[in-house]
Amino acid sequence: MSRPFILRNPSILVFLAALAAFTLGVTLMSEAFGSGAISTSFVKTLGKTLCLCLVALAMDLVWGYCGILSLGHFAFFGLGGYMVGMWLMYARTEIIVAEAMANAPIPPTDQEVVDAIGTQIFGVVGSSDFPMIWYFASSLPAQLALVVLVPGLLALVFGWLAFRSRVTGVYLSILTQAMTLALSLYLFQNESGLRGNNGLSGLQNLPGVTAGQATVSIWFLWASAAALALGYVLCAWVVSGKFGSVVRGIRDDEARVRFLGYSVEGYKLFIFTLTAVIAAIAGALYYPQAGIINPGEVAPIASIYLAVWVAIGGRGRLYGAVIGAAFVSIVSTWFTGGLVPSVPLGFYTIDWVDWWLVLLGLSFVLVTLFAPKGIGGLVDLVAGRIAPDRHGADYGPDKGSKRQGEGRG
Amino acid sequence: MSSLLEVSGVSVTFDGYKAIRNLSFQIGQAEMRAIIGPNGAGKTTFMDIVTGKTRPDEGRVLWGEKSMNLLKMSEARIAQEGIGRKFQRPTVFEDQTVHANLLMSLKNPRGSFPCLFYRPSFKDEARVEELASEIGLSDALTRKSGELSHGQKQWLEIGMLLAQEPRLLLVDEPAAGMTLAEREHTTDILREAAKTRAVVVVEHDMEFVRRLNCKVTVLHEGSVLAEGSLDHVTANPQVIEVYLGR
Repeated sequence: MSRPFILRNPSILVFLAALAAFTLGVTLMSEAFGSGAISTSFVKTLGKTLCLCLVALAMDLVWGYCGILSLGHFAFFGLGGYMVGMWLMYARTEIIVAEAMANAPIPPTDQEVVDAIGTQIFGVVGSSDFPMIWYFASSLPAQLALVVLVPGLLALVFGWLAFRSRVTGVYLSILTQAMTLALSLYLFQNESGLRGNNGLSGLQNLPGVTAGQATVSIWFLWASAAALALGYVLCAWVVSGKFGSVVRGIRDDEARVRFLGYSVEGYKLFIFTLTAVIAAIAGALYYPQAGIINPGEVAPIASIYLAVWVAIGGRGRLYGAVIGAAFVSIVSTWFTGGLVPSVPLGFYTIDWVDWWLVLLGLSFVLVTLFAPKGIGGLVDLVAGRIAPDRHGADYGPDKGSKRQGEGRG
Repeated sequence: MSSLLEVSGVSVTFDGYKAIRNLSFQIGQAEMRAIIGPNGAGKTTFMDIVTGKTRPDEGRVLWGEKSMNLLKMSEARIAQEGIGRKFQRPTVFEDQTVHANLLMSLKNPRGSFPCLFYRPSFKDEARVEELASEIGLSDALTRKSGELSHGQKQWLEIGMLLAQEPRLLLVDEPAAGMTLAEREHTTDILREAAKTRAVVVVEHDMEFVRRLNCKVTVLHEGSVLAEGSLDHVTANPQVIEVYLGR
């Protein structure tokens, strides 16, 4: 039992090695540092996918391990993106404005520069004044701190209110959906101060960086891979040991955990807030690669997709979440990118761009019904571990508890 | 002898039905007590009240030397104060090993952060092994508790209770579904525990209660009907009427 925790969890080493090999492989085939076999736009897709894997990891921690089916974690992801986007937009506009004003006969005052930036950014919503929430936008360290603080505080307050009232199961899921919907509707308003439905754009251009997009895309790929690696080790550490025992106990039978003397609400709040912060960091790395963020990104459906990824990959195992997110988002890119040939049926042509969601929904239903371990369950198949026959009994009385089919021998 | 738990004048109503009416009794520092009574007598509701699951409409539940009011505390807080509870149906964490179940129950700080950085000490490991041998599960430490037999799960849960080192154990029908040999072992474990702490056993089965050989409280329609030795209460005409029907 006293062996180091990495040795007790050999899957961590396998995962880190696979991630390192993937990152190195992409780098060597990129346009900036290698043969150029992979286009810059596809490097960005892969980098974004790594960020989605990270947020799926957070979802698995909160749902697969703690049994809280949160359908609002994409709100934290989006907020993280907005926070970093504010600095990116401000700093880049500042450079443009400074260049434009450099030739003016009288050097502009600081206030004139700020006003000009405001006009540039908010002209699109018919305003030119900086709202209060942009107070720190000129400072990178401050905005990076806000990436963690804003979603973290929102999760803390929301979770405290919800868990304290012992809201569980489907009611909690609805509550989290309401939260992400409210946030999305708020951001859609021009008065929200975040440019309404235009969102923040031009985020792919790093202020003060002269390197081209080919190089920058690889930087972000590395950063995303590093964040995913750190996030994976952190999550694996959190779910190992006694803390993990308690958290899984809460998933299966929270009343029992309470009678052991553990404050279930405190543990749920801890996990909810921690995963919100992980989601926010993933979002902060995702949106500079996507280049644009708008309120549609935090629409309720996005958080539901997140749960679908984790379910398809295999709930309650960390690599399952990563595999699910990577698989579904890559396949999704493939289908929605028009790369899959349409199927002519004579009377109707199946165009995959339109039918992809139907296919995804169908596979979600099929996985839930017939392969509850998801894609990650293939590992058990290879290792010869069969789910124990429990005569239909789940692992605990709670709604989010581990189901019979998810068991490992 | 000062009492460890004092319940006085407690009443609770569910949808107009009075499950507990003006219930009062006391339990000493180190004693074994059996609570018997027909279905619906309020035995489980009494446990729910003491452990904080159900809030009574009126009455007081006082605990320990300082006479702390248990009705103001959360379930987790009450458990930390030293009240352990075993449920009727064996409730262990089926997805986790016997070892993990016991380790989680050991009396250690319960907060998130101490728990996150917790590493089992030699003392804790030794205590887990000791408990496992006490409940006859030494060979099963690495097994998932979901694989255990019904009786073994009951013992594991009793082991988890002992690991908490509670001052009061509330045990709901510990012998349900056990074989005769298993029942005897269970009686031994409970009697051993009652030497150093209070043990309250809720039971249907008169034979099992006789084997415990302790003071008996008979509940009927939410209040105490009789109290004393088993022979004393079973000689009580009211008790006979309640048990045998009119």
